[in-house]
Amino acid sequence: MAAKKKSETKPSDPALHKELLHSMLLQRRFEEKVGEAYALGKIGGFCHLYIGQEAVSTGILSMLRGDDYVITTYRDHGQALARGMAPRAIMAELFGRVDGCSKGKGGSMHLFDRNLNFLGGHGIVGGHVPLAAGVGFAIKYRGGDQVIICFMGESVVNTGAFHEALNMAALWKLPCIFVIENNKYGMGTAVERATAIKDLSRRADSYQGMMGEHVDGQDVLAVREATHRALDVARKGAPVLLEMRTYRYMGHSMSDAVSGTYRTKAELDEYLQRDPINLFKARMMEAGDLNDADFAAMDLEIKATVQDAWDFADASPEPPLASLYEDVLVESGS
Amino acid sequence: MAIITYREALNQALREEMARDDRVFLMGEEVAQYNGAYKVSKGLLDQFGEMRVVDTPITELGFAGVGVGAAMVGLRPVIEFMTWNFALLAIDQIVNAAAKMLYMSGGQYNVPMVFRGPNGAALQLSAQHSQAFESWLAHIPGIKVVTPGTPYDAKGLLKAAIRDDNPVIVLEGEMLYNTKGEVPEDDYIIPIGKADLKREGEHCSIITNGKMVLVAMNAADQLAKEGIRVDVVDLRTVRPMDIEAITASVRKTNRAVVLEEGWELAGIGAQVVDYIQRDCFDHLDAPIIRVHQVDVPMPYAKALERSAKPDLAKTIAAVKKVMYVD
Repeated sequence: MAAKKKSETKPSDPALHKELLHSMLLQRRFEEKVGEAYALGKIGGFCHLYIGQEAVSTGILSMLRGDDYVITTYRDHGQALARGMAPRAIMAELFGRVDGCSKGKGGSMHLFDRNLNFLGGHGIVGGHVPLAAGVGFAIKYRGGDQVIICFMGESVVNTGAFHEALNMAALWKLPCIFVIENNKYGMGTAVERATAIKDLSRRADSYQGMMGEHVDGQDVLAVREATHRALDVARKGAPVLLEMRTYRYMGHSMSDAVSGTYRTKAELDEYLQRDPINLFKARMMEAGDLNDADFAAMDLEIKATVQDAWDFADASPEPPLASLYEDVLVESGS
Repeated sequence: MAIITYREALNQALREEMARDDRVFLMGEEVAQYNGAYKVSKGLLDQFGEMRVVDTPITELGFAGVGVGAAMVGLRPVIEFMTWNFALLAIDQIVNAAAKMLYMSGGQYNVPMVFRGPNGAALQLSAQHSQAFESWLAHIPGIKVVTPGTPYDAKGLLKAAIRDDNPVIVLEGEMLYNTKGEVPEDDYIIPIGKADLKREGEHCSIITNGKMVLVAMNAADQLAKEGIRVDVVDLRTVRPMDIEAITASVRKTNRAVVLEEGWELAGIGAQVVDYIQRDCFDHLDAPIIRVHQVDVPMPYAKALERSAKPDLAKTIAAVKKVMYVD
């Protein structure tokens, strides 16, 4: 199934479009601040930024219900924000503080929020895809009509875990939407140097009855439309594979140069022309749904939110040493 | 009390727990239509239907992960591995997912599930099908590991494992499935983390677990004929380990043999010896001896295989050595 070049212009829904822009801009400004905090040593360990891919998280997660489930990889800040997790709780987690969403035990790669059915960022490439099938199995077991969205990078499509999970999801007709975020590089290895198929959405063809589609992941409305089609299928009990064609503007992690070794500055510049936020902003302005003053006000408000998250995280205490031994096991049986 | 096999005891445990709690389901290769590669799940498909007794493709990594995901959102999966040798393909799901989820989510997501199946060597299955993984699994915080050695323990520990809110590994034994013993028909639980003093003596402690419990009991019988009375401490659970039971026995007997099915280096016995030297240093009358598989992959040929395995003769010899007799 071919992706449409550009999503259809629908009767404008200014309020919705502002929400979408707000969601994407929040991710962008939040992560710019994360980069700053990392440089200052306030955040440690591995830290993978999502900048450039915001239309994917916003487009998909804006279509979900509260009782649906989300699971993702270690590049998880954007999806956590788009799902509605508090910037304060995320920033505090990144700072390794007790008020973090995972009490400072998980860090950047392991954001979780049980209240939002946000089943975590996972650090082993491909390892979380079978978990998504398991959540799909549980939904079916209970006769529910929720879905699970499983985000993954494009490198995952070469792992055994991916195929094992997709096979079972198709075999058992599980309500799973597997979302490949094809940002073109698995760390420093270009997708065409690692994957013996060009159109990754065709991996769905291996599994009878599985819908596969590739989508312009820089166009938030196109992402929403594809998600709408996928939800139609998945809620009736069948898996879907979506390939979101996107690009990351930062290095693989904070320790990786933005360009130079495995991609050129020229390539990066080319993709910067398709910045999902700029594209959508221009489109809204063209439609008369946004002016410079609106955008400036939104940006100011978001920057204040992000600064508040920083201040909150900075003031939050380190986890008490006694918590070292907590949450290894739960007490009690059932 | 009824006398049934270890296999039937496990079957009873599954049947009772599935009847008791409709969140419990069994998933694995050949568990449903085939009634289980070792018939542990015999009759369960008929009783509970295909949503709760689920045949999988041969895809250990995948279905172990399905279990973890289902457990995260409130089901209570029992994942059967046809053998633990095959579970190596799923080790990422056990170690990186099940064992870590609660901790790295700051206590938000526990994983109430069981991974079970036969562990260790049977007869002439050679290198890839004859490995005891107790020490690998016991190394990992965030899971519990139980190793029932008798039908009674198999039922009580599996029921406890299914009711536990944490991931629990149940290491069974192919050679144990046909062994028989007394098993109550009513509901009972054996607490995870508690050892069982299976034989009382005063001359030496044999500390062991799982399949080796039978070997230790046979050794105890033989030694008794020569006037050597041993404690047999069945660990039952290797994580968490019942340190108090080990040290209480050694303080009484002042001598210890540690018997395990797996290899020597970094084995369960190494940990037991460490607990003993820490807590019983002044009580020991002889160096502790360990009995284990020799440090080679399991060979196929009968005589070679026999030589590789820990057995009755090696255990008796070890006890006599720490007793300074012979």
